[in-house]
Amino acid sequence: MSDKKNIFERFGESQVWKSIFRSGVPRTRRQRMMSVLNSVFLHLHPVRLPRHAVKLKFTWCMGGLTFFLFLVLTISGILLMFYYRPTAEYAYTDMIDLGEQVPLGIMREIHRWGAHAMVITTWLHMFRVFMTGSYKPPREFNWSIGVLLLVLTLLLSFTGYLLPWDQLAMWAITVGGNMARATPFVGHEGPGAALLSIGDINFINMGADAKFALLGGRFVGEAALLRFYVLHCIGLPFVVMILMAVHFWRVRKDGGISGPT
Amino acid sequence: MEPFKNFIDVLTQPTLMLTLAMFTFPFFFPMNDWFDKWNRRLRLNLLWTKAGLIAVIIGLTLFFVVGVQDAEFRLIMLKPDNVPIVGLIFLVYFFMWVSMKQASDNDKLLSTGEKPNEYHDPDEKVLVWPDLVYVEFISLILCMCLLLVWSIGLDAPLEEPANPAATPNPSKAPWYFLGLQEMLVYFDPWLAGVVFPTIIIFGLMAIPYLDKNPEGSGYYQFKNRRLAISIYMFGWIILWVLLIIIGTFLRGPNWNFFGPFEYWDIHKLEPLTNINLSEIIYIKLFNTGLPSNILVREIFGFIVVFGYFLVFPPLLAKTVLKRIYLQLGNFGYGVFVFLLLCMLSLPIKMYLRWIFNLKYLIAIPEYFFNI
Repeated sequence: MSDKKNIFERFGESQVWKSIFRSGVPRTRRQRMMSVLNSVFLHLHPVRLPRHAVKLKFTWCMGGLTFFLFLVLTISGILLMFYYRPTAEYAYTDMIDLGEQVPLGIMREIHRWGAHAMVITTWLHMFRVFMTGSYKPPREFNWSIGVLLLVLTLLLSFTGYLLPWDQLAMWAITVGGNMARATPFVGHEGPGAALLSIGDINFINMGADAKFALLGGRFVGEAALLRFYVLHCIGLPFVVMILMAVHFWRVRKDGGISGPT
Repeated sequence: MEPFKNFIDVLTQPTLMLTLAMFTFPFFFPMNDWFDKWNRRLRLNLLWTKAGLIAVIIGLTLFFVVGVQDAEFRLIMLKPDNVPIVGLIFLVYFFMWVSMKQASDNDKLLSTGEKPNEYHDPDEKVLVWPDLVYVEFISLILCMCLLLVWSIGLDAPLEEPANPAATPNPSKAPWYFLGLQEMLVYFDPWLAGVVFPTIIIFGLMAIPYLDKNPEGSGYYQFKNRRLAISIYMFGWIILWVLLIIIGTFLRGPNWNFFGPFEYWDIHKLEPLTNINLSEIIYIKLFNTGLPSNILVREIFGFIVVFGYFLVFPPLLAKTVLKRIYLQLGNFGYGVFVFLLLCMLSLPIKMYLRWIFNLKYLIAIPEYFFNI
């Protein structure tokens, strides 16, 4: 009777289970190490860490939470894309439907509040890295990558802000777009734009300048909506994912988490 | 209650609040021995103790709980998109406390020649499974719980459909860009919206290459890094977070200032008496008209701006920043001091506006070149 195994133990020894989790249930030290090494997700981590590195008061888990929020936003964003059409005709009504017609319609809330939270966690992660001096050699370059990721986080949030196509969205992007027309040399109200001309022909004008490139038009209209939608769903996440891969890779390659020597 | 509300409304005016914040800042984050002496004498270091944390959190909570009884305060604080900024205030203070508490603990250890608290025997390591994996797992579950509660409790904002013909007043950028929009009060869009953000990004990326101090890598510490931390905190807390708070809560119709308990009166009039440096000199001082030649007209502005960026660097290199100049060399020091002067140009321009009603130092609207 005593050697009769229960269903979980039998399943744990089955061919199916062992083919998925090669190292088995991590009970021994060796199995625990192997479970990190063998998993494509867990092997972002090293196998062993100095004791201070696993304490919450050192890392605040802020970088991890930022990444987690990015995943939450990706998943909720994909679900939103099923319902949302980026046209002036449908965008706003699709917003209303998302709240009223879609079952358990809090996906838009999760996406919006998650985005706000991600901006905050990115700042706090940066603050933590600064306060522990973790940007010092050999980790200088990774800090710079992190700054770019911060900028991209803000741009992702900014492009997403237009998509509800309500007054809040349109005018917030108008405020932002008006900055672009003041860009030196390439904005039609920027200093130096008048230099780029031959005779009376201005190369930089209302129909061809930085603001026009950003909005796809002279004001925030349907072209801007499509442009921001594509950037928000494909363009910027594509760049973010590449930089994120570099960021994580360099954490490991630059000597792992920082610590006193 | 009314006197308290009036007091807060007066205190939160940008002139008063920013002056208070900027001039008390070095006492909280002392960057030299003199400020450090006063920091201890005024017992400001108690802020980074457990009692300090509890006092500040209770104080902040009480302020919001009492404040929210007021209709105007409730209207602005509980706007769905503003709720995260209320959270931000608590989070920023809490994590500032977490880092400064550990930093001051480590400062004490280091001054007695001991290793910082983060130090452990290098041979004694812990396994990622389970020691780190469970910390991450619990963190992300708590984060998800918070996000779900927040999402169920508070609807995402959705206003009237977009209408190009109806401009809301005020039109605000998303909250994380409100620091930039607040800069628009003092600088032209080409500076506030394009040049300064670019400089901020490059400046942040340059930090590791400009901070050559090998101290404090991998552990919390304040004393031996006090200049670096002071500059970072000044830029982040005062010139970014505080400006966001002002832009979100305290800017109403026509971008006028409104205290947190004040009614957003769309007819509130602010006299627009801002004048350019050229007008101050030629019209007020010399009693002549403005010269028609642009360069002659703006010559004083050019002298001031170029003087600022040409006189201060060598002056500082010979005096207070001597050590940094020797450490970084000509190029590195040039970049460092340029970034520093750009950062300080914002408070300087604020004071020029508040004291002299100065609009632009250099005003060449003909070429959209205003500084």
